[in-house]
Amino acid sequence: METVPRPGRGVPPKKDKLQAKRKKPRRYWEEETAPAVAGASPGPPRKKKKKKNLEVRRQKQKNSHNSKKSRISKKSQFRKKSREQKKPGPQRTLSGAQDPFPGPAPVPLEVARKFRRIDKSKELPHSLPKTRSKLEVAEALEEEISVKAARSELLLAEEPGFLEGEDGEDTAKIRQADIVEAVDIASAAKHFDLNLRQFGPYRLNYSRTGRHLAFGGRRGHVAAFDWVTKKLMCEINVMEAVRDIRFLHSEALLAVAQNRWLHIYDNQGIELHCIRRCDRVTRLEFLPFHFLLATASETGFLTYLDVSVGKIVAALNIRAGRLNVMAQNPYNAVIHLGHSNGTVSLWSPSVQEPLAKILCHRGGIQAVAVDCTGTYMATSGLDHQLKVFDLRGTFQPLSARTLPQGAGHLAFSQRGLLAAGMGDVVNIWAGQGKASLPSLEQPYLTHRLAGPVHGLQFCPFEDVLGVGHSGGITSMLVPGASEPNFDGLESNPYRSRKQRQEWEVKALLEKVPAELICLNPRALAEVDVISLEQHKKERVERLGYDPEAKAPFQPKAKQKGRSSTGSLVKRKKKVLAQEHRDKVRQSLEEQQKQKQKQKAKPTGARPSALDRFVR
Amino acid sequence: MQAAEMNAVRAAESLLALSQQEELVDLPNHSLSASEDEGDSDGERKHQKLLESIGSLDGKKRWKLAERSEACLKVSEFNVCSEGSGEKLLLSDLLEPAKTSSSLAAVKKQLNRVKSKKAVELPLNKEEVERIHREVAFNKTSQTLSKWDPIVLKNRQAEQLVFPLEKEQPNFVPIEHVLSSWKARTPLEQEVFNLLYKNKQPVTDPLLTPLEKASLKAMSLEEVSVSSPRHAMLLPAFALKPRNHCKCHSLQAKMRRAELQRARALQSYYEARARREKKIKSKKYHKIVKKGKAKKALKEFEQLQKVNPAAALEELEKIEKARMMERMSLKHQNSGKWAKSKAIMAKYDLEARQAMQEQLAKNKELTQKLQVVSESEGENGAEEEELLVPDAVNEVQMCADGPNPWMLRNCNSDAKGEVQKDPEQPPEPVVQEVSESEDERPGAEEEILLHEFEERRSLRKRSELSQNAEPVGSQETKDSSCQEVLSELKLLTQKLNQKNHQSRKQKVSSVRTVLQVQKEECALEEEEPVLLQRPERVQTLEDLEDLGHEEYSQNKELPRPVMEEEKAEKTSNNQTDAPKEKKKKEQMIDLQNLLTTKSPSVKLLAVPTAVEELEDEEEKHQKQIIKEAFAGDDVIRDFLKEKKEAVKANKPKDVDLTLPGWGEWGGIGLKPSAKKRRRFLIKAPEGPPRKDKNLPNVIISEKRNIHAAAHQVRVLPYPFTHHQQFERTVQTPIGSTWNTQRAFQKLTTPKVVTKPGHIIKPIKAEDVGYCSSSRSDLSVTQSNPKRPSGHHKKQLKKISRD
Repeated sequence: METVPRPGRGVPPKKDKLQAKRKKPRRYWEEETAPAVAGASPGPPRKKKKKKNLEVRRQKQKNSHNSKKSRISKKSQFRKKSREQKKPGPQRTLSGAQDPFPGPAPVPLEVARKFRRIDKSKELPHSLPKTRSKLEVAEALEEEISVKAARSELLLAEEPGFLEGEDGEDTAKIRQADIVEAVDIASAAKHFDLNLRQFGPYRLNYSRTGRHLAFGGRRGHVAAFDWVTKKLMCEINVMEAVRDIRFLHSEALLAVAQNRWLHIYDNQGIELHCIRRCDRVTRLEFLPFHFLLATASETGFLTYLDVSVGKIVAALNIRAGRLNVMAQNPYNAVIHLGHSNGTVSLWSPSVQEPLAKILCHRGGIQAVAVDCTGTYMATSGLDHQLKVFDLRGTFQPLSARTLPQGAGHLAFSQRGLLAAGMGDVVNIWAGQGKASLPSLEQPYLTHRLAGPVHGLQFCPFEDVLGVGHSGGITSMLVPGASEPNFDGLESNPYRSRKQRQEWEVKALLEKVPAELICLNPRALAEVDVISLEQHKKERVERLGYDPEAKAPFQPKAKQKGRSSTGSLVKRKKKVLAQEHRDKVRQSLEEQQKQKQKQKAKPTGARPSALDRFVR
Repeated sequence: MQAAEMNAVRAAESLLALSQQEELVDLPNHSLSASEDEGDSDGERKHQKLLESIGSLDGKKRWKLAERSEACLKVSEFNVCSEGSGEKLLLSDLLEPAKTSSSLAAVKKQLNRVKSKKAVELPLNKEEVERIHREVAFNKTSQTLSKWDPIVLKNRQAEQLVFPLEKEQPNFVPIEHVLSSWKARTPLEQEVFNLLYKNKQPVTDPLLTPLEKASLKAMSLEEVSVSSPRHAMLLPAFALKPRNHCKCHSLQAKMRRAELQRARALQSYYEARARREKKIKSKKYHKIVKKGKAKKALKEFEQLQKVNPAAALEELEKIEKARMMERMSLKHQNSGKWAKSKAIMAKYDLEARQAMQEQLAKNKELTQKLQVVSESEGENGAEEEELLVPDAVNEVQMCADGPNPWMLRNCNSDAKGEVQKDPEQPPEPVVQEVSESEDERPGAEEEILLHEFEERRSLRKRSELSQNAEPVGSQETKDSSCQEVLSELKLLTQKLNQKNHQSRKQKVSSVRTVLQVQKEECALEEEEPVLLQRPERVQTLEDLEDLGHEEYSQNKELPRPVMEEEKAEKTSNNQTDAPKEKKKKEQMIDLQNLLTTKSPSVKLLAVPTAVEELEDEEEKHQKQIIKEAFAGDDVIRDFLKEKKEAVKANKPKDVDLTLPGWGEWGGIGLKPSAKKRRRFLIKAPEGPPRKDKNLPNVIISEKRNIHAAAHQVRVLPYPFTHHQQFERTVQTPIGSTWNTQRAFQKLTTPKVVTKPGHIIKPIKAEDVGYCSSSRSDLSVTQSNPKRPSGHHKKQLKKISRD
């Protein structure tokens, strides 16, 4: 349902003002002054570098400030040149001054194509001139807008980080320590460990801006803090088993699935609500654009709670036993549930039955994750397999891999990296580019943790993977994991309190109704053909005739005895026969085309003359 | 030939008529007639009797009308006899006057005219009149309103309308105005501009100094007015040194203007005077004026002859030309209306005669060839005689209707050789023919009169031109010869007329025959085409039939192939069904594959630990555990089962309408027969194929999301006829989340913008470039001509017809 373009999905950030801010000098001394919340190791930076022996290349690539500047300047020079070449003869003005770059800035076609929404390859039925003019207007507008969007892509100044091994070097063998050593100090500060062995395996959740981190230990330890500055917001013990923890729409609210009920705390650790209708919740998901908190319970219920009004929108009986695997599809806000019979079911609050059911594994599902474009779903099962499915209509596995250990936890990053937690090891697979299918052949990174993994999440807008395990929390550096350009009005990591409040109001105003959640959100922009037909039928019944039907041919009256009844009938018949003939001809042509297609296909080998004797 | 035949026929008819008369009349009159009858008639009568008796043999003509063939006592009011002429009396003969006179033709014409006039129609009743009024009013109003159509259309298509409407004013600001706001700031600039201003030089290139402007104005004035020599002389200097002479130029310009004003005033005076004089009706005054003009012209001409012979020659040529024109136009001959009336009056009125003489004299004067003065006398006579030539000649010329000699000749030859074809022409010769004999005497009288007049004239001439003393006798002889010529001419015309007459008769007969022939021809032609066309028609009919057959056969044939194809398809389907089944099996296998065998080779994870061996052992151990755990349940089979159920549940169900026990035995344990069940089973229509038809591992719900559908568009907006068209227009999101700021603003511009605090008045003609007239706001000026569309044109035509 979430058609809102994340920056990662290729829509340019409309509000580009805070781009520069992103680059503002980090207060690295803060790291020293602010000690880690609970014995955290020194924090890491945003872009990671590799080992020393790869330095040369790395230095070339990174050090964002300098390199970026130089790049930009180069770009502008290049643009100047190209423009000058395009229009050598600028217009003359009275003052004699000349515009060295006349006309609008050129736009690369491929970029503009990315923003096209109208599929012109589809043929439309014949349209009247009036309709055609409207269509033309709409198409022209769309083109203009796509060009504008493409032009504004220039403002996405940041580049994603990456990790590259020298010839034959396996990037998976590069350890976190090496990366931390190689990167700048600000980035290095983003790598840290929280040793919290006391309260058992931890679940964790990053806020949507990526600035705040909340975690809850099995034994009741709940805390939230600004992980960048390591400033603690609250730390409590709920004296109850904590199964899951989620930030709501902002970092000010926190939902905690406790042993019996669902509780909501604010950022001071004060309990605001205890929602008893959601009991024995095992997993939580928050749908940010619908303001829905989806809870999956041991009792087999999937409950949608509207956090803006505090109402339960839907409580669906899944009828599949205990639910402890859940993921949301950020593209269309459909909830994916993994079951013990190896199926994954897709749910929307407005439909009582699953939108789709996919048989993924022979054993029960252990973990599900959906990437942020809604294209891929990764599942792991008890049969020790890890599979990536295509969610665009076919639901077929694109790649699969057997792991020595079943992956208990999966997570997709904004740029399509897939992380899997198997025991106390975290493996990360990467694809070729942004939002591409992660290749499961070779892991991109691996990391061994202090204890078995219990929670995994990539931090939005930071190249950081947060791992909750029995020994605490680990924040590891994964270069190129997340989207470098953020939308300042949508999720601004540096926003102030006032900005956050403003944003909250806006987001509430733009809240999407829960009933609009469906598999293909683009379908909402289509006409409801069934009710259209129904409407038409009713109208015809009411009127007693079809007002839109083509009038039957009425022969013109002719003079001199030629419009006798017989000739009239004859003329009518002639027209009818003509129409009929046209229809038959068309259908025949279509059939012939199909036949030709069918014929064209099988002729793989050259037919020989002796084929006729083949029986 | 034909005439002879006709006569014969007529004679036979009259004979018959006579015989019939006598049959009836014979007996009673016998005694009377016997005494009167002479021998001659007696024989005749006997012969008649014989004929009658022969004629009555067939017994058909019993009753005959009693007709009188001779004077008798019994005069019936119903019968009139015309004895002697041998012709039957016709009604038309009675109606015609004894003598045909020309005046009757006019009466006929009048009669015709009266006949052609229809009676005044009844006035329409009130409702119809009102309806017509309404229609006309509607048409007018719709026409006036249609002028707004383009504006309405434009406004409807406009992306944005801003109210209150303001007339678009082209803001082409002249560059001078733009520059006027610019001011010199730096000291250098100020200095430069000071210099420029001091010398009254233009500040920017395209501009002129005020002096230059003034001079330009003056020049333009000069160009407009007819240049007086003085100014023309001045011009070059003026053009050469405009800036130095500016002062005097302004003076000159003033003078020019004054002069022009004067000239204009004078012209207006003159025009007023001319108009006043033109209004005067007095003939005498005009005559005097004309004479005065003529005298003046003569004087001037003489003067000119003295002063400038060349110019005089030109003048002369002009006069000559005028004379030639006069000669050509025949204006002063006796053909005019006035002249004709005078000719009639001349017999009795002396003044009229004089007027005619004057007229003739003038004509002579004008038509004289100037060069050949010596022959004037000889020609005089001829011309006079020409005047006496009967009208027929003139009329022939008249009907030639044109002075072109070639045309004339053609016309004459036509008249002589062939029958005149004009329907109006025939009556005229008849009238002339009749009148000619009568006209002879008056014509002679006239001739005598003219003779006398002529003699007098010649005497006068002789006295005047005493030098040209010619013997009178010779003239007389000439006159006589002229007379002879005249008589010959007359004869000719008479002959001509006779010929015409005859030819007319012939024409009638020939016309008849021609008509007959034509009729025959027509019949032939009618037959011929029928004969000719028939085969064609038959052919066409046959063709049609053939076509029909073809169509039918096509229609018959078409289903066959379709059926065949269907069969083929079926067979192919059957064929394909098997593979499909195979496929399905394959799919199932595939599913198995998908879940079981598709695992790639287990690669060792590059886990930086030393406990790999341990892990391996653990793996094996776990695998075994898994195998044990899943030994019982077959996930795949369960899923397939589930899917089958889902498909089944979603399928539309057949309706069974069989009533057990109807038409057969019913009861417990008895089921309606299969045939009956089949007959009353209504099969549900096959729905669209399931989305997961080819996806073995997926169940996609076919249930409609009603809540989401409530938010979808369910009525197509107006101009769209297909939902795909509409969908294309709403594909682009318009929110600011998906668009750049500019694009968002553009996408969400309001269609109508109203300025707060302004009164929105109804649209006026001025607002849109029309000019309002005193009559109505709607009239369109020529500056913005909008053609009425075809529809309106039709309407307009209708109105004009009405």
